[in-house]
Amino acid sequence: MAQMTMIEAIREAHDVAMAADDKVVVFGEDVGFFGGVFRCTAGLQEKYGKSRCFDAPINESGIVGTAIGMAAYGLKPVIEIQFADYVYPAYDQIVSEAARLRHRSNGDFTCPLVIRMPTGGGIFGGQTHSQSPEAIFTHVSGLKVVIPSNPRDAKGLLLAAIEDPDPVIFLEPKRLYNGPFDGHHDKPIESWKKHPQGDVPEGSEIIPLGKAHVQREGVDVTVLAYGTMVYVAEAAAAETGVDAEVIDLRTLMPLDLDTIVESVKKTGRCVVVHEATRTSGFGGELMSLVQEACFYHLEAPMIRVTGWDTPYPHAQEWEYFPGPGRVGEALRKVMED
Amino acid sequence: MAAKRAAKKPNVSGEELRQYYRDMLLIRRFEEKAGQLYGMGLIGGFCHLYIGQEAVVVGLEAATEEGDKRITSYRDHGHMLACGMDANGVMAELTGREGGYSKGKGGSMHMFSKEKHFYGGHGIVGAQVPLGAGLAFADQYKDNGRVTFTYFGDGAANQGQVYETFNMAALWDLPVIFVIENNQYAMGTAQARSTSSQDIYKRGEAFGIPGEMVDGMDVLAVKDASERAVKHCRSGKGPYILEVKTYRYRGHSMSDPAKYRTREEVQKMREERDPIENVRQMLLTGKHATEDDLKAIDKEIKAVVNASADFAKESPLPDEAELWTDIYA
Repeated sequence: MAQMTMIEAIREAHDVAMAADDKVVVFGEDVGFFGGVFRCTAGLQEKYGKSRCFDAPINESGIVGTAIGMAAYGLKPVIEIQFADYVYPAYDQIVSEAARLRHRSNGDFTCPLVIRMPTGGGIFGGQTHSQSPEAIFTHVSGLKVVIPSNPRDAKGLLLAAIEDPDPVIFLEPKRLYNGPFDGHHDKPIESWKKHPQGDVPEGSEIIPLGKAHVQREGVDVTVLAYGTMVYVAEAAAAETGVDAEVIDLRTLMPLDLDTIVESVKKTGRCVVVHEATRTSGFGGELMSLVQEACFYHLEAPMIRVTGWDTPYPHAQEWEYFPGPGRVGEALRKVMED
Repeated sequence: MAAKRAAKKPNVSGEELRQYYRDMLLIRRFEEKAGQLYGMGLIGGFCHLYIGQEAVVVGLEAATEEGDKRITSYRDHGHMLACGMDANGVMAELTGREGGYSKGKGGSMHMFSKEKHFYGGHGIVGAQVPLGAGLAFADQYKDNGRVTFTYFGDGAANQGQVYETFNMAALWDLPVIFVIENNQYAMGTAQARSTSSQDIYKRGEAFGIPGEMVDGMDVLAVKDASERAVKHCRSGKGPYILEVKTYRYRGHSMSDPAKYRTREEVQKMREERDPIENVRQMLLTGKHATEDDLKAIDKEIKAVVNASADFAKESPLPDEAELWTDIYA
């Protein structure tokens, strides 16, 4: 075990996968020589050479498209889109090619591809460096969608994603890269180096996709969260005194519905939290699923706490960002009913 | 013009010529049959016929070796037949049957064959182009000496991702041949109405990719160009562009009445430049085949095509549960 930041854990997952399998190639904008703007691929080109870790031009559609071709002929590309906000030009390639190749070729060709991208806000990135686009990927059959919330999970889930025979969208909450940010933006963050979930096992152990993690056990209300919202929800529970069970979904597709249902049946209440905008967000899907499976166990209407239906703001970032105040309010309200 | 070409002494054996004739005729008769089945309601949706363009893919395939890859857009039946895929499987995919190459999950635009290194069959204009470069990257990475033929049309040539791909292919010296099948119409829009410079192959110059214009109605000219391109790519010199000027006789798809051009234009092309008639004349004047030999070939092709139509009608519809397969591993 070693204490690591999420960045170091992601880099280590690349390292382990590249050492184990020379079919793994890593590329993207600034990924090779420079080691990535967030440093997630630092040192890999030095160690594995320019044929296995390299720079791509600034052309997301082309990056994803070439990676699909590589994957169709036996390589395992792990590519970085520098910010999730930059993925839109590649959306056609992801939806029409990567996600669908297996089905329309009747299994003749597949696309074992990992597309990593830093997601989410909290860094004053404004409209084009802060978005959380997970729902546009969960909406697409053929894709898997993973969002780790800590270094230990980031390494194990990334290794699982690289091993996976299907295309995986791997969203890295960039506000969590250096520590478990809980939404208190006016306070310094704790470092992962001192956090138990910054303790990362050595070696190639994976964390399977489709398994949620109960981050905090509780009996009053189930909070469904992922990414940055996991620590916000923990903070909200601690600050309100509501004994919330916080579930870190870890992967949205496939979704660990069993763990969710078991918890909601126990608590009888459910709050859903995400950073992404509200309408057609993944929270809507979660609430539908809980309603379908737990209707007779619910003692109060479910509540969701999300980003507003606005462009991601610059000046009003902390009004938009669902912090512990807003999540705490929801916890209190769901307990009143 | 066709007669003039045929009079040139071609650097090709009678056997090769007969093969090109046979391959092109198979495509034409297959497509005519597909058109019929479409008219009868046995094929639905979108169906893009290759009639008129046969010399392009047959000429290009003439320079391939085992293991070379090909990837193309939605006007793909010709490519599949030319690389040796089974006519029955192709036709049955058009009718959406269990015996189709994709078991009815793909349809006309989406078929694949691992055995023949055919990577589809892609329905989004231009989207297959970066995939072709990725395939070539994997070849280069495996150092296996293979090349990838990445086909796209004059319409797709105006997609941004084509130029993203040119840049990467040149930057990384990828063994990929970009084949621009310029049939002069991007769906209903003539090239002059959509494209700023008419010589699309010259766009490679900006990236340092050599290219040339090829007469796509002349299978021997296409074959020669294909050999040059393959030699270039296999020797490690990076990508190559072939703009193959051709013409489709039918509409963009079966639902296109093609009112954006005159009947005379199409008629003139058919009468003066037909690629199959061109080779037929070469065979006869070069005494590589008699009328009877050609009739025998026609008969043989007709039998293959009719059998494919029968197979495509008789093959059962896929089970409903098939929809839920091959979405994930």
